[in-house]
Amino acid sequence: MHSDHGDVHASVRKYFMIGAALLIFTGITVAANLMHLAIPLAITVALAIAITKASMVAAVFMHLSDEKKWIYGALLLTVVFFIVLMSVPSFTNMDSIGRHEPAIGGGEHPAGH
Amino acid sequence: MNIPYTVEIRPDTGLANGKLGIWLFLASEVMLFGALFSTYIILRNGAAEWPHGELSVPLGAINTVILISSSVTMVMAWASLKMNDWAKHRLYLIATFVLAALFLVNKYFEYSDHLAKGEGPWHSTFLAIYFTLTGLHGLHIVGGMIVMAYFIGPGAKLWRANADQFANRIEYTGLYWHFVDLVWIFLFPVLYLL
Amino acid sequence: MDNVSSHGTTAHGHVHEPPHEHAHEELGWWRKYVFSVDHKVIGIQYAITGLLFLLFGFCLMMIMRWQLAYPGRPIPLIGQWLGQARAPMGIMLPEFYNQLGAMHGTIMVFMGVVPLAVGGFGNFVLPLQIGAPDMAFPKINMASYWAYFLGGVTMLLSFFQRGGAAQSGWTSYPPLADIADGQTVWLIGMVFLITSSLLGSINFIVTTVQLRAKGLSWMRLPFFVWAQLVTSFLLLLAFPPLEAAAVLQLMDRLAGTSFFLPSGLVISGKPLAVAGGGNPVLWQHLFWFLAHPEVYVLILPAMGIVSEIIANNTRKPLWGYKAMVYSVVFIGFMSFVVWAHHMFMTGMGTTMSAFFQTTTMIISIPSVVILTALLLSLWGASIRFTTPMLFALAFLPMFGIGGLTGLPLGLAPSDIHLHDTYYVIGHFHYVVAPGTIFGLFAGVYYWFPKATGRKMNDLLGALHFWTSFVCINLVFMPMFIEGLAGMNRRMYDGGMQYKYNASVLHWNVVQGYASWGLGLAQIFFIVNFFMSIKWGKAVDRNPWEATTLEWSAPSPPGHGNFLTEPIVYRGPYEYSVPGAARDFSPQFEPEKA
Repeated sequence: MHSDHGDVHASVRKYFMIGAALLIFTGITVAANLMHLAIPLAITVALAIAITKASMVAAVFMHLSDEKKWIYGALLLTVVFFIVLMSVPSFTNMDSIGRHEPAIGGGEHPAGH
Repeated sequence: MNIPYTVEIRPDTGLANGKLGIWLFLASEVMLFGALFSTYIILRNGAAEWPHGELSVPLGAINTVILISSSVTMVMAWASLKMNDWAKHRLYLIATFVLAALFLVNKYFEYSDHLAKGEGPWHSTFLAIYFTLTGLHGLHIVGGMIVMAYFIGPGAKLWRANADQFANRIEYTGLYWHFVDLVWIFLFPVLYLL
Repeated sequence: MDNVSSHGTTAHGHVHEPPHEHAHEELGWWRKYVFSVDHKVIGIQYAITGLLFLLFGFCLMMIMRWQLAYPGRPIPLIGQWLGQARAPMGIMLPEFYNQLGAMHGTIMVFMGVVPLAVGGFGNFVLPLQIGAPDMAFPKINMASYWAYFLGGVTMLLSFFQRGGAAQSGWTSYPPLADIADGQTVWLIGMVFLITSSLLGSINFIVTTVQLRAKGLSWMRLPFFVWAQLVTSFLLLLAFPPLEAAAVLQLMDRLAGTSFFLPSGLVISGKPLAVAGGGNPVLWQHLFWFLAHPEVYVLILPAMGIVSEIIANNTRKPLWGYKAMVYSVVFIGFMSFVVWAHHMFMTGMGTTMSAFFQTTTMIISIPSVVILTALLLSLWGASIRFTTPMLFALAFLPMFGIGGLTGLPLGLAPSDIHLHDTYYVIGHFHYVVAPGTIFGLFAGVYYWFPKATGRKMNDLLGALHFWTSFVCINLVFMPMFIEGLAGMNRRMYDGGMQYKYNASVLHWNVVQGYASWGLGLAQIFFIVNFFMSIKWGKAVDRNPWEATTLEWSAPSPPGHGNFLTEPIVYRGPYEYSVPGAARDFSPQFEPEKA
């Protein structure tokens, strides 16, 4: 266990503050959506907010701001492979020989990349 | 026979077994959802057009609020144990369970609305990935609820026998629950907004 | 990292047992042998189930070999019992050949080799080698075995459903796998097997990190433990994407989605009624993201076993232990970024092909380092040619052939020629069959005395080794010839329908006889295994005069493993230390003053 009673008392306030901040960010992301930004900008804003929220959950609620090196190590490895998994299949998909033609039989398939 | 370091901390790693175990489990979960998000990216890049505004943003936003609140109550259920306040712990844990159930009720309305319009997962690539991602996430919610129900019910006995171990188990449940919340934090903009 | 002093007192050690724990010493038969939480019993359960699946998967192959050697001739002995849907009048239908092929691969990889190598040896040996009383989570360990068991039963039952078992290869490529019979049950079985692997891998990592004995620092770990640790990380992080892919394929089959079905697909002249817009290559990415690390899941535990046996039987320290450790960690890391070398034929462009060729060439380096270190360990040794050592020695050239024949497949220009030919089959079978499976046999002979308190018979062991060694090479070596001649790997008639195969068809008959001979050779092992449980030579704790911790426990070890808390004083392979009284200085014996 990582903290004595005094520490936990101090943390309680923090937990509620973070909860409130998360709700505010949810409001912001919905509001940003109402502004109908151009797609690339909208994606950037929404993902930036989501990453901020996720970091707050991970750092405070999951106590990642103060963890042991084995857990950091395992998560670092996971993050590296996560990035590989997210990016490399897409790169491979984009790097195809020649232009994209409808695969079999035609239809409304891929518009360019 | 006792397994060492189930409750007490191993000095050189600074960890109890369960803490490392739950984090490794979450690492595998990251890869599971990672594969599905990767699928989403590839399908969306390959699609001629991608639908916007097919899902109800208010319902999605309400569910986001519910899950964030449940994360706060979950961490408080653990903090109350650390402060030796059993009654508060019970209150917060039950609150978390109820919020989780509310999430599922909301989800049920969303699903039945789509299905009533004949828009099942077979309808389009977008709905296929929507139902798969939210369905799998929903199963994680159900799994979390089962664990919470256990600690509200028969599992609660452990508090008297071994308070530290019980607090640890609630902490691990919390880690899992925050992860489920964290996945939703990404699902909401990716599926509802973009 | 940790040493004796940093551990502090024994207050939290294994010998510390609260008195009430003694209450349930006596367990009933079911709890002791069936639903056991003891890592040794679970390991033996895994090993025996895995061996049975290996035998079953091999039987499927022997039936296929008949069809390849004598296409269209009724299958002798069992042909009449296979039924109208599989082999009318005993003559194999192409659909049944496809089922056998798909299920042979699935069974050998996911239900045979991995459970034996990781579930069996990992469970039985790893806690003993690190001086732990059990795995970190014994109940999860039991759940892992039973999830595997359920997955295995599901796969076996799939043969009896209408339309038969899965028939789209162990790789299950869509669109075929999305529409072919039998696949749904295959996917459900895989979900069980994946769950089992995840539970197991978490347990192995936590056990290795948390339960090492006092004094067992990282560079004192036996190489086998390192191999299992890396393997567990591969299972932990590579399997979930396949689980996701299995879920997506299940959705395609059951919910009518088209994740892997492109628009405008026409089957037998009829357009397929799905929404379309999916991407069949996506499956290949998710599948190979697991399946390439899976290759290392197959090979690393065998390397670990072989290393233990070579150190023990050469009576020398392993040459380059540290280099081997760094190599195995590096292999684990790199194995996540090589997968698309299986996909050069998917229309991938030159940029990404170049990337994957480069990573593939890089990952071959640490494999060569390990193999070279093991080979150099033999230099100048007075080798004990025990039965486990025979298999361990054969592993080196066999794995070497498997590895080197893989290089042309890792380079796109040569792969385009060799893709989908018997050359590929020859390559990976050399890695897995005379490579990994020989390593696993070596492990069975080596740790059998620890599990049972008795040694296996050496004469039967030698017969098993030499007959298997000759036959297995006669099965797989001709595959390179066939493959280079261009013979496709999936022909149910052995390639007879194509004229260009005519010059190599006779090899199919040779391979047929060799594989049936290989089947007969296993009788030596089966007889030896059961005979030795009862009548083998009884042995003491350390029959091989070995140095690692498992040999300090009684043979067989009781529940809780060690009689006194083990303490580690030195590295894992201190053989023939100058000035020592004997030619082995065990990890668990203190320095004499």
